[in-house]
Amino acid sequence: MQIKGAIYKFGDDVDTDQIIPARYLNTIDPAELAAHCMEDADPEFAGAVQPGSVMVGGKNFGCGSSREHAPIAIKAAGVSCVIAATFARIFYRNAVNIGLPILECPEAASALQEGDTVEIDLAKGQIKNLTRPGEYKAAPFPSFMQKIIEQDGLINFVQERMKERA
Amino acid sequence: MSMTISEKILAKHAGKEQVEPGELIYCNLDLVLANDITAPVAIKEFSRLGLDHVFDPERVALVPDHFTPNKDIKSAEQSNYVRQFARDYKITNYFEVGKMGIEHCLLPEQGLVLPGDLIIGADSHTCTYGALGAFSTGVGSTDLAAGMAMGECWFKVPESMKFIYHGTLSPWVGGKDLILFTIGDIGVDGALYRSMEFTGETIDHLSVEGRLTMCNMAVEAGAKNGIIAPDAKTKDYVEKRAKRPYQFYASDPDASYVEVREYDASQIEPQVAFPHLPENSRPVSEAQGIKIDQVVIGSCTNGRIEDLRIAAEIMKGRKVHNHLRVIIIPGTQEIYLQALREGLLETFVEAGAAVSTPTCGPCLGGHMGILAKGEKALSTTNRNFVGRMGHPESEVYLTGPAVAAASALTGSITSPEEVLGSAN
Repeated sequence: MQIKGAIYKFGDDVDTDQIIPARYLNTIDPAELAAHCMEDADPEFAGAVQPGSVMVGGKNFGCGSSREHAPIAIKAAGVSCVIAATFARIFYRNAVNIGLPILECPEAASALQEGDTVEIDLAKGQIKNLTRPGEYKAAPFPSFMQKIIEQDGLINFVQERMKERA
Repeated sequence: MSMTISEKILAKHAGKEQVEPGELIYCNLDLVLANDITAPVAIKEFSRLGLDHVFDPERVALVPDHFTPNKDIKSAEQSNYVRQFARDYKITNYFEVGKMGIEHCLLPEQGLVLPGDLIIGADSHTCTYGALGAFSTGVGSTDLAAGMAMGECWFKVPESMKFIYHGTLSPWVGGKDLILFTIGDIGVDGALYRSMEFTGETIDHLSVEGRLTMCNMAVEAGAKNGIIAPDAKTKDYVEKRAKRPYQFYASDPDASYVEVREYDASQIEPQVAFPHLPENSRPVSEAQGIKIDQVVIGSCTNGRIEDLRIAAEIMKGRKVHNHLRVIIIPGTQEIYLQALREGLLETFVEAGAAVSTPTCGPCLGGHMGILAKGEKALSTTNRNFVGRMGHPESEVYLTGPAVAAASALTGSITSPEEVLGSAN
């Protein structure tokens, strides 16, 4: 899958309370969650983000709560991919489980700047900066995760596994 | 080959003789857990599977604790969705308001999580149960949905870090101070994807409550799980509560660790973590005098009877400072009742504190103590992220129950010894 979009850049340790504050967790509607995405880090973000945009974070992106509302809010806001130096583990699993593309790539996370446009080949983990010189390669996914990604999320994967068992 | 306690529990549940860090495995689960925020998403995903049953209705726990008693109509709708699911699927361990508690206080108390168990919960602080010698970790709602359906989950076996604590704790220092100190040392991603194993004679002497507090915050260092080898204290705690068999595991003496850290715990002061990360911990002596607007004593970190006893000991016969609100939240109905019988609640009310029914409430800025712009709270909870307890421009300082109670009396961050003298 090919992605092309403009970068929104955030710092280290972006926690799930910044991604979607708990005061909005009284709903599971993706559109409502998206309307408050990143509100406490950048109140303008949810209104400004364009479909296809790429979010970039530093280390430990998505730390904190297990709320799946966080990747749901990012995905529903139109973000096509999140690139970070490292991801907190629950966020990492959640993103894959719901089909939000993520790439772990410290070099890209550090070099990419707000407003740069990037082209991403998700299958190959390749990130190319179209605004300034720079090409990066993300870490490959563990084999289980690759299968989940190929089946477009965990629930389809589980359905297959249940069929195998039956 | 030798293994750590975490590796042994994972191997057992994967049906394997042994596992190694980095290995991907499928494991059978002893219990899966969700709350009123995470269960609705899990139920929605679960319903896509078209099943008329969960893998085992006795091994699914649903605890509406975050926005309960419901704070608004939307929260009430979410709770109702969970309630209906629990009825339709005959979930035994569904806990209604009046019988419920904060999930990570409640499940150990009810004997639903036991030594040697493998547990996933759609709540990041599910790592709490490692204090009983279980492998227990937080997941999201979709993983939880898959767990409810199949009773299994895939894991990457984590590398283990060993933390050894030596010496006797100073007065008013407890599990919260040890874990805040440790997170301050290694950082909020210092144990990312790893297992944190807490050992040493300090841990041997720590109460089960203190151990639950420590393991609760393993996730605040990025860890997959926190774990403490079960011992006689664990046995005392679980044997009167368990309704099914359990098993004690211990790390082999020559088990391999990616990192070992040793601390002289006798030198650790009560800790305070400054905004906006739990790693910003400092000795209370460096936080003295910071004026605060609210104190919260409670949560899955410090809402247990021992925490309330410590707070009451300091607050007894004294008054909450005039410029301050104090909110005390016993973790479960059982803890509430115990605190009532011991006269702790009377102490709090006489001091001028509000006592709440069990709820996560203010910890995540839900309800029951939201901060206004510019306000500061000192809280025994586990997170001090931006906007965690209310307005994005409010601040949360984290600490244990002793410093929280002492500060409630003075209106600014205060060492318990300053209030009581050093006689304790």
